[in-house]
Amino acid sequence: MAQTKRKMLVDPLVDNNPITLQVLGICSALAVTSSLQVAFVMSIAVTLVTGFSSMFISMLRNHIPGSIRIIVQMVIIASLVIIVDQLLKAYAFEISKTLSVFVGLIITNCIVMGRAEAFAMKNPPLASFIDGVGNGLGYGLILMLVGFIRELFGAGSLFGLTIFETVNNGGWYIPNGMLLLPPSAFFIIGLLIWAFRTWKPEQVEDAEYKIQAVESH
Amino acid sequence: MEHLLSLAVKAIFVENLALSFFLGMCTFIAVSKKISTAIGLGISVMIVQAITVPANNIILNYLLAPGALSWAGFSDVDLTFLGLISYIGVIAALVQILEMVLDKYFPPLYNALGVFLPLITVNCAILGGSLFMVERDYDFTESVTYGLSSGFGWALAIAAMAGVREKLKYSDIPEGLQGLGITFISAGLMALAFMSFSGVKL
Repeated sequence: MAQTKRKMLVDPLVDNNPITLQVLGICSALAVTSSLQVAFVMSIAVTLVTGFSSMFISMLRNHIPGSIRIIVQMVIIASLVIIVDQLLKAYAFEISKTLSVFVGLIITNCIVMGRAEAFAMKNPPLASFIDGVGNGLGYGLILMLVGFIRELFGAGSLFGLTIFETVNNGGWYIPNGMLLLPPSAFFIIGLLIWAFRTWKPEQVEDAEYKIQAVESH
Repeated sequence: MEHLLSLAVKAIFVENLALSFFLGMCTFIAVSKKISTAIGLGISVMIVQAITVPANNIILNYLLAPGALSWAGFSDVDLTFLGLISYIGVIAALVQILEMVLDKYFPPLYNALGVFLPLITVNCAILGGSLFMVERDYDFTESVTYGLSSGFGWALAIAAMAGVREKLKYSDIPEGLQGLGITFISAGLMALAFMSFSGVKL
């Protein structure tokens, strides 16, 4: 049992990553990654919400009528997100300003709903909690990777601390401004997916049309 | 009037919900394989967005904002912390009502949009639109304009994306990049193109 629990936690990190494989929750993944600190806070928030919402939904799973389950799940998730939002406003106001609407958007983050629907409705609370945390961490991993690349090469710093002294401050590094703009997040995630799939070839999707080899004459 | 026009242009091009705020990405990637379905979804998002943003604006101004309940005799109640849960409730309820109305009065449209309508409840672009409306303090006319034009911008982006992907499936793509990877990169190129609208003001 301990083995399967660990597997549940580690599996979503690479083998079954919610972003690169299940295509869930990319909505907010891209917008909050221009600096590592914000990405970090966002990852924690999502992990907590996914974990606890899976746990609560799993506790109630035998009492929720099938026809209104989506609304019940939505209410549980929304309440948790309100708690996170209020906590951020109280203790980390600056970061909550930068995250702006994206904290609220955790409600519609497909990872939370997806895990509630696919896992928590069928499994006991503890397993659901671990599954939720695992998926939150898998999401966080990608978020942090993208945030790391964008902040390091876009601004020459990490967590706001200067790593590469930029030219403006008399250093040598010319920051790549494009990495701070939204489109770069698309490129980085696309390339990350490429890297993941080269590492784990079984994740590669089949092409709809293949080029036929031409016979040589 | 000019002010509203400039707001609309900004919402459609410069601050496109899909390409510069990455909202509604899950559906954006999942449902952009064919132009016809993409347009169907785009239109439903536009309709829902145009209704929910003003509806949430009314809810905010007459029920939730500090002092908004003064018409009921509670002038010092601040319910803004209930915002998130009420917006998502309004969205879910409106989508449900819209589905029933379309089913009763416009069956062809209902059949065309059918599958996509329930999906829209969990589309972040819809909730995002309402949250931006709150954050930017739009009044009622502004929120009507914003809802309509941001929905249109989203529809435009997904239709264009579907066009790109229809051509893309015939091209020879490196193995690991097939499917999701190349979709992201082409979305990035499209977002770059949309960035060139920034600074446009009417």
